[in-house]
Amino acid sequence: MTEDHQQREPIIICKDVHKWYGNFHALRGISMEVYKREVIVIFGPSGSGKSTFIRTLNRLEEHQRGTIIVDGIELSHDVRNVEAVRMDTGMVFQQFNLFPHLTVMQNITLAPIWVRKWPKDKAEQIATELLERVGIPEQTHKFPGQLSGGQQQRVAIARALAMQPQIMLFDEPTSALDPEMIKEVLDVMIELAKSGMTIVAVTHEMGFARAVADRMIFFDKGEIVEQGTPHQIFNEPQNDRTKLFLSQILRH
Amino acid sequence: MSVTSETLAPPATLRPLAWLRKNLFSTWFNALLTIVSLVFLYFVLAGIVRWVFFTADWSPVTIAPLLFLVGQYPRDQLWRPALSLLMCVFLIGLSWAIWERYVKAFAIFLGVLLGVLALIPLETPTITLGVRAVFLACPLLISLAFWIGRRSAVKGQHVGTLWLLASILITLVLLPGIRSIPGLSAVATTAWGGLLVTLLLAIGGIVLSFPIGVLLALGRRSSLPVVKIFSILFIEVIRGVPLVTILFMFSIILALFLPAESRIDRLLRALIAMVVFSAAYTAENVRGGLQAIPEGQVEAAKALGLSNFHITAFIVLPQALRLVIPNIVGQFISLFKDTTLVVIVGINDLLGIGNAVLNLRPEFVRLQMEVYLFIAIIFWIFSYFMSYASLELEKALGVGER
Repeated sequence: MTEDHQQREPIIICKDVHKWYGNFHALRGISMEVYKREVIVIFGPSGSGKSTFIRTLNRLEEHQRGTIIVDGIELSHDVRNVEAVRMDTGMVFQQFNLFPHLTVMQNITLAPIWVRKWPKDKAEQIATELLERVGIPEQTHKFPGQLSGGQQQRVAIARALAMQPQIMLFDEPTSALDPEMIKEVLDVMIELAKSGMTIVAVTHEMGFARAVADRMIFFDKGEIVEQGTPHQIFNEPQNDRTKLFLSQILRH
Repeated sequence: MSVTSETLAPPATLRPLAWLRKNLFSTWFNALLTIVSLVFLYFVLAGIVRWVFFTADWSPVTIAPLLFLVGQYPRDQLWRPALSLLMCVFLIGLSWAIWERYVKAFAIFLGVLLGVLALIPLETPTITLGVRAVFLACPLLISLAFWIGRRSAVKGQHVGTLWLLASILITLVLLPGIRSIPGLSAVATTAWGGLLVTLLLAIGGIVLSFPIGVLLALGRRSSLPVVKIFSILFIEVIRGVPLVTILFMFSIILALFLPAESRIDRLLRALIAMVVFSAAYTAENVRGGLQAIPEGQVEAAKALGLSNFHITAFIVLPQALRLVIPNIVGQFISLFKDTTLVVIVGINDLLGIGNAVLNLRPEFVRLQMEVYLFIAIIFWIFSYFMSYASLELEKALGVGER
């Protein structure tokens, strides 16, 4: 991997990122890079700051110290920079967050039509292809409320992909799903990872990590405790906190 | 797939006799209650029928029906409100073709009512043949417009535009008149009255206050301090003051401060007061809806790169408004009924005309019951169709709801 890193350009650069909620120090100096076509899995106990961190990458949360550069654009108070970064990053949420008053097709085409300014035909054609890709072409004209959780999350992935982003951010995409629906979403994510998309995913799906992750990052108490390839993390974790956490989630 | 009788729900409907036995005479006590209720109902209904058809004296209503409709609008200029009415019923017919679900019941009711009014054998000199002809034309126009709407490719936005054009034409040109146009002599709003004024105030108040209220609700959540403080001040000051006070403010006190030549028309002042009052309440209703939208909706829209304007227009407002439709329609119904308060600033709306008619002749003084009941029924009819349309709207928008 290290040779690859030297050859490739980093697409996300974080340097000493800090974030406070009032007096609570949620992120304590996160520094890391994400390289093009890399798949990164972030994991750690709840409250460790992993969700907060991934949300700073498209400025749903503002960081208060340090720098974050995404695709060459620094995230700052400049709204144009923020909007440019958001156009280049797709995000999938734990709670899907589909727009319940719009059909599946409208959910997917809204941003391409109004942000990318694509003509409606083009946006709809791309949406149809994406629905095919995530395996639910027959749901095009339904409303989100008529779909199962797994189908909704796949629509959410299609919606994010419709903007043709450089990077996909997944914030616990399977945590709100019933067990039998997790696989259908993970299959889509795995296909996406194999197609060469740059992915940063906060998830505890260790099967997904094993299958496609290039690097795993363990977060605890707002810090990066340990990182490495899945092989290193699963077989020879260095830090005691990592060992403890892995033993807790892998016990079953 | 074969369906056996066991998989089907048992038939829900019973034969009439079985239904009676099950619901009304299941026990001796229920049978007793049923009989007592029937006797009670008989006496009440018989009393009402007797009063309406024999005891009551409807002459204050029948003597001057036109007064209740248009007030003192010059009788030689009656073609102007008549033309306005015809334009409106035509558009109601078109709306029926487009928004059948919401308008159908009202359109049919209005057509039948006006048709009956046209043919009612009432001996009163004010109801001329011309007036009857206009009324009779209404159901025909409604049907014609409905037929046209169904046959042609008229769309909702076309009908909306026509409504807008018609309201501008009616309120700014046809009814007040324009001096420079011969045949359209100016008619001061002091001469307007009756149902005409009530509907103008109600519809004008609703249509103008809604967008202002939405803007105020958004302004209250704005990150710009000036906009936010203005919105909060406006909403809280207006909501803290009774409507009567606001009407007085705009009608009398405001006029004292403004120079004589810049005086705003009296009816317009009352309308502005209604709009201001209603906008503040609409704003609070809409704010309730805005607050109910989960933060995740905004985050998802932001993550897609949508601008704040687009997020508000496409994601937040549509969902928020849908949530508060029942409240807002309820508020509009009370605004409609509150228009009667303009009586106290000397405007002859429906209630004002009723009061005026009661003073017309000494023998009318004891006929308050009849006059107020008549007015109440008119208000009830309009209010009922408003809440009917709102229920249908809720059902229609419920599609695809979580």
